[in-house]
Amino acid sequence: MPYTAHKPPRVRSNEELRAAIPGWGADLDPKDRPSVPKEQFDPEFSGAHWEFPERQPEKWPRERSIEHKFLTPVFGTTTPPKGLSGAIRKYSYKKYSEGRAAHWLLLLAADRVDAWEHHLASFATLRPDNPITETGVLSEFTRHGIASRTGTKRADLNHQWIDPIIVGGPWILAGGLAIAAARRLARLRQT
Amino acid sequence: MRAMVYRGPYKIRVEEKDIPPIEHPNDAIVRVTRAAICGSDLHLYHGMMPDTRVGMTFGHEFIGVVEQVGSSVRNLKPGDRVMVPFNIFCGTCYFCARGLYSNCHNVNPNATAVGGIYGYSHTCGGYDGGQSEYVRVPFADVGPGLIPDWLEDEDAVLLTDALPTGYFGAQLGSIVEGDTVIVFGAGPVGLFAAKSSWLMGAGRVIVIDHLEYRLEKARTFAHAETYNFAEYDDIVVEMKKATDFLGADVVIDAVGAEADGNFLQHVTSSKFKLQAGSPIALNWAIDSVRKGGTVSVVGAYGPLFSSVKFGDAMNKGLTLRMNQCPVKRQWPRLLEHIRNGHLKPSDIVTHRIPLEHIAEGYHIFSAKLDNCIKPLVIPSAN
Repeated sequence: MPYTAHKPPRVRSNEELRAAIPGWGADLDPKDRPSVPKEQFDPEFSGAHWEFPERQPEKWPRERSIEHKFLTPVFGTTTPPKGLSGAIRKYSYKKYSEGRAAHWLLLLAADRVDAWEHHLASFATLRPDNPITETGVLSEFTRHGIASRTGTKRADLNHQWIDPIIVGGPWILAGGLAIAAARRLARLRQT
Repeated sequence: MRAMVYRGPYKIRVEEKDIPPIEHPNDAIVRVTRAAICGSDLHLYHGMMPDTRVGMTFGHEFIGVVEQVGSSVRNLKPGDRVMVPFNIFCGTCYFCARGLYSNCHNVNPNATAVGGIYGYSHTCGGYDGGQSEYVRVPFADVGPGLIPDWLEDEDAVLLTDALPTGYFGAQLGSIVEGDTVIVFGAGPVGLFAAKSSWLMGAGRVIVIDHLEYRLEKARTFAHAETYNFAEYDDIVVEMKKATDFLGADVVIDAVGAEADGNFLQHVTSSKFKLQAGSPIALNWAIDSVRKGGTVSVVGAYGPLFSSVKFGDAMNKGLTLRMNQCPVKRQWPRLLEHIRNGHLKPSDIVTHRIPLEHIAEGYHIFSAKLDNCIKPLVIPSAN
């Protein structure tokens, strides 16, 4: 009880815990804990055989945080920036530091643009995006979608209904706009 | 090769991609034999992490066999069976030299606040991940470790993130003998954090979640007392009652950005991306810990702001400790624990998903169907 000096009594003694739980207390001594202390200066431990790593070739102007002095010697090369989303990303990296909300909000906006650029481009390929297969939603029928949500209190049920709107809404909207545009075009041709 | 590919929020598919080439003399190319889907992959999947690009392959938990090595690699050779920490790190920068491998400064040009992580957006360096048949592994002499002959694949793949992160979370709590520890989240990391708290001498371990099947696992696997927060009006008050109104000595947030429990907080973060993460579990941690206690955060949050109750943390004199886990530092001790029978990581694996069906795997894990706790991914070539 916090109103007096002593800790509440232990529920189980060390002996009881040791008997019930495999390994209880094996790391009681902080010396046995690998992350104690937090910083341990030992450059030899890692297996590295360089003071500063060789530099990976930069095959295109690699976007980087302006909080870095230079391009890091090693970096990922997947999905270089392209199109409008790429332009937004490059601008965000060039203009704003990580400390600015604008940096992250622009990158999030670019992510949404990127998704639509690719969805639209996919319709010109033999493998257009398919929201049914790509969301894996058919597993609702094979992996107990209803049983998993009934007979138990789950706090996430109050917002799961939003997911189909977030995922399907833009597709329905885009489909509706496409139909409206096609009709308008047809009408214009008739007149 | 076949690889999982992101197509936009909630959408992924499997595509043919080129086998990654060696890009740096210390690279290795690893043929993936087992991968896993992590709870933090769901933040990418839901479109919460800035600069997550269409075409990227996710996956930061994987093991495999070395297929090819760069010209400066000395410690690995083709054919070696390796486990690869989720951190990409150089070994010699200011931070690596001090053991902070998750904070390496030489691998992520896109951000200085976070290190390099496989398959975790360009904010974490723009590297493809291991939910594929092959993956590029930078700094092959530093990151990967040989898998001991006695260690099974499904235990090894859990040593690349989930188990070390849970174990690290317990260490961040600075637990002393007899401490009462509360763990928010009964997912893989929370289960391992609870189990690890006992190793450090906790006197009582309480796990809180809203999924009954996960709480059952917390009772049987992690020997914990459990509370379903959905059954209480106010879980913080319940925790005060459970600790004779003192509060817990240590609280571990093993939930992170998509915490449930408050509709507004969840929706503004997970659905509308107006916060870097829903801070419900973190705020409950701040309120449930005793004054002067320690809150350990191993749940992942994005780089934007979140509405954290910082005033309570200050007024209570709390110690807040957190980081991405420096995985490789945990391995020697964790291997001892596994060998001594203190831990059996693969006990939490519930699903084994072929790579070709990974879209279903993500949905099952995200929607919490079929009592899913930890899904593994089996690449097509296996």
